[in-house]
Amino acid sequence: MPSAAPRPTVADVAEAPFLEIDGIAKRHGGQPALDGVSLSVSTRSFVALVGPSGSGKTTLLKTINRLSEPDDGAVRLSGRDVREAPLAELRRGVGYVFQGIGLFPHLDVAANIALPLRLGGVPLRERAARVAELLDLVALPRDFDGRRPAALSGGQAQRVGLARALAAAPPLMLMDEPFGALDPVTRDELGRAYRALHDRLGLTTIMVTHDMTEALLLADRIVVLIGGRIRADAAPAALMRGHADAAVEELLAVPRRQAERLATLARGA
Amino acid sequence: MSGALREALAALPELFRAHVLLSFAALAVAIAIGLPLALWASGHRRARVPLLTAVGLVQTVPALALLALFYPMLLIVDRAAHIALPALGFLPALIALSLYALLPIVRNAVAAREGLDPSVLEAADGIGMTRAQRLRLVELPLGAPVLLAGIRTAAVWTIGAATLATTVGQPSLGNLIFSGLQTEDWVRVLVGCAAAAALAILADALLALIESGLARSAPRRSLAGAALLAFGLLASQLSWPAAAGQERVVVGAKNFSEQYILAAALSERLRAAGYRADAREDLGSATAYRALAAGDIDAYVDYGGTLWANVLKRTDTPPAPALRAALTRELARRDGVLVLGSLGFENAYALAMRRGRAEALGVRSLDDLGRVSPRLRLGSDIEFLSRPEWRAVASAYGLRFAGTRSFSPTFMYRAVGDGSVDVISAFSSDGRIAAQDLVTLADPHHALPSYEALLLISPKRAHDARFLAALRPLVGAIPIDRMREANLMVDRDADKKSPAEAARWLLPPRR
Repeated sequence: MPSAAPRPTVADVAEAPFLEIDGIAKRHGGQPALDGVSLSVSTRSFVALVGPSGSGKTTLLKTINRLSEPDDGAVRLSGRDVREAPLAELRRGVGYVFQGIGLFPHLDVAANIALPLRLGGVPLRERAARVAELLDLVALPRDFDGRRPAALSGGQAQRVGLARALAAAPPLMLMDEPFGALDPVTRDELGRAYRALHDRLGLTTIMVTHDMTEALLLADRIVVLIGGRIRADAAPAALMRGHADAAVEELLAVPRRQAERLATLARGA
Repeated sequence: MSGALREALAALPELFRAHVLLSFAALAVAIAIGLPLALWASGHRRARVPLLTAVGLVQTVPALALLALFYPMLLIVDRAAHIALPALGFLPALIALSLYALLPIVRNAVAAREGLDPSVLEAADGIGMTRAQRLRLVELPLGAPVLLAGIRTAAVWTIGAATLATTVGQPSLGNLIFSGLQTEDWVRVLVGCAAAAALAILADALLALIESGLARSAPRRSLAGAALLAFGLLASQLSWPAAAGQERVVVGAKNFSEQYILAAALSERLRAAGYRADAREDLGSATAYRALAAGDIDAYVDYGGTLWANVLKRTDTPPAPALRAALTRELARRDGVLVLGSLGFENAYALAMRRGRAEALGVRSLDDLGRVSPRLRLGSDIEFLSRPEWRAVASAYGLRFAGTRSFSPTFMYRAVGDGSVDVISAFSSDGRIAAQDLVTLADPHHALPSYEALLLISPKRAHDARFLAALRPLVGAIPIDRMREANLMVDRDADKKSPAEAARWLLPPRR
């Protein structure tokens, strides 16, 4: 894996609480979706939120940039409650990538990528230079700038989505099943490419996924959410060694079995 | 080129201009109201159904009725609030047409918003767009094709429905259609319809150009469409410079041949006196008088008995001179309307028979008819049998017919001609009485009220000496025979004349 910076260890992650999630509770039609979730994330860490569908992981992620408002609790970013800043300003400072991608079909690739810059009042000429830089960053040819979103493959579209999220150079990236709709090869490729970017740009990333294998391969820290509560919070290696919670163990069974089978195959048996 | 075509084409530019202006203004108002309304409704799920139902309900009212309803409504507002709103013409037509255009605009705007891809909206929120930015940069361009399709539908409807504005006194291409239908002048009808259709097709095509530009993100295409639309709009509004210093006056007419001829005659006289005279044709009976009283029209011809019953709500039937004197006094006192005088003929209900049949039965008056009526059949127009005139004449002369049938006027005359009925409720100034050799039966007991054609002047012109001097020569100048012949020129099938031609025949230009 091409990596400019060494992976931070779990010990490093404990220092400055860059992002603080404090007692978030949310009910959907009487049913608790999030039941008092607290989480502290330090800068430059890559956290995967893992859990079965309906576990509340997406709701928790969206609470951070206020796409979802909690019934109770608070989110603080660099010590400041996210509700203090104007909504648009908060969101412009946080990159957001999701499975639906949401490229604007009426704008070409360059205009899509440059939109956050346009909203931030960056002059036209600077925007063009930045778009070229971002295309390089997500490994897309520069002549893709004039293409329409409809003319892109799924992987290319998500690279553009990534470039758009990175355009305003946000320190924090929120990703909701970002590679979920891609074929396995593209998915792996893009996952590794993003991890490299995360390290190179010094980003802090929170990624929601239901795929434990993906989480184990990409993240520094895995938070398992089941029924709106945190049931495990550990580094990938620690999790692989085993967990006391049976439900968490169940989630780990698949990657463990696959890993053993692949290892067996690799040995030529 | 035939006279009818020449006249229709001569009237076209001014009517076209008015039609374009009205349609465009109504559409602009509907867009200005409809888009914010749709925006609000698409954000409030509970408001959406009631709103769409309400604008849909407007559509279920026939356009003609909707237009007609705004006239009395504006008059009420006018009286209650003491604001001088023009109750006739542009304003009521504008309001009604705007309301009519709301449905396709609101419905499509709501649909446009709901049809947006949720992931695109999530992305817009996610990258930190404000609500206004999201609307302008994402929702509007993406929803534009659906939105514009609604505006296109509204434009075509509005241009079509604007022809009905004629009935509330707003000139439009409907003037050609309505007057053409009444006088069975098909060239006139076709010219009006063709112009309205061409206008609708053109507007639709240009809006389609804008729409396709927006859908394909080809701004030049949209701009070209918008520029052509703006150019067409401006060009249509360039009117020939009116002769300087000409004062504009408006002559009213109800919706039948005699009224068109008389309005043309009044206009002709006023033009000769140096006025710029416009006609407001196809007004309803009640609308015409109210419009005159309100000063929306300056002069028109109405009939004594109609004013007596409809305006003064009287049920007695005094003889003609007494009725005219009472009307002159009462209308001046009530509304300040001036009855300038009688034109010299009546257009009354008169019972008529074929001459041969009447002579064979020895019938010359209604007294005679009373004796033989149980053996005869009566043909009438649609409303005669429910009118007080019929009850009065039936009881005065003891009329009891063997049978009665109702017809539209053209068929009523045919029915008496071929003997399907023996007696008809004719109009005394109708040219077909002479043409079909019918005799009208005398009314010795004066059971039928007088329907003298009276020249009415609006309050604001009642003391305008030049205006009155232009029209006064018409008083007493039209004997019944000449009016009948003029009506026949317009109503007959062969060698048909236009109302204007008939008017020139009726009143040869004086030196």
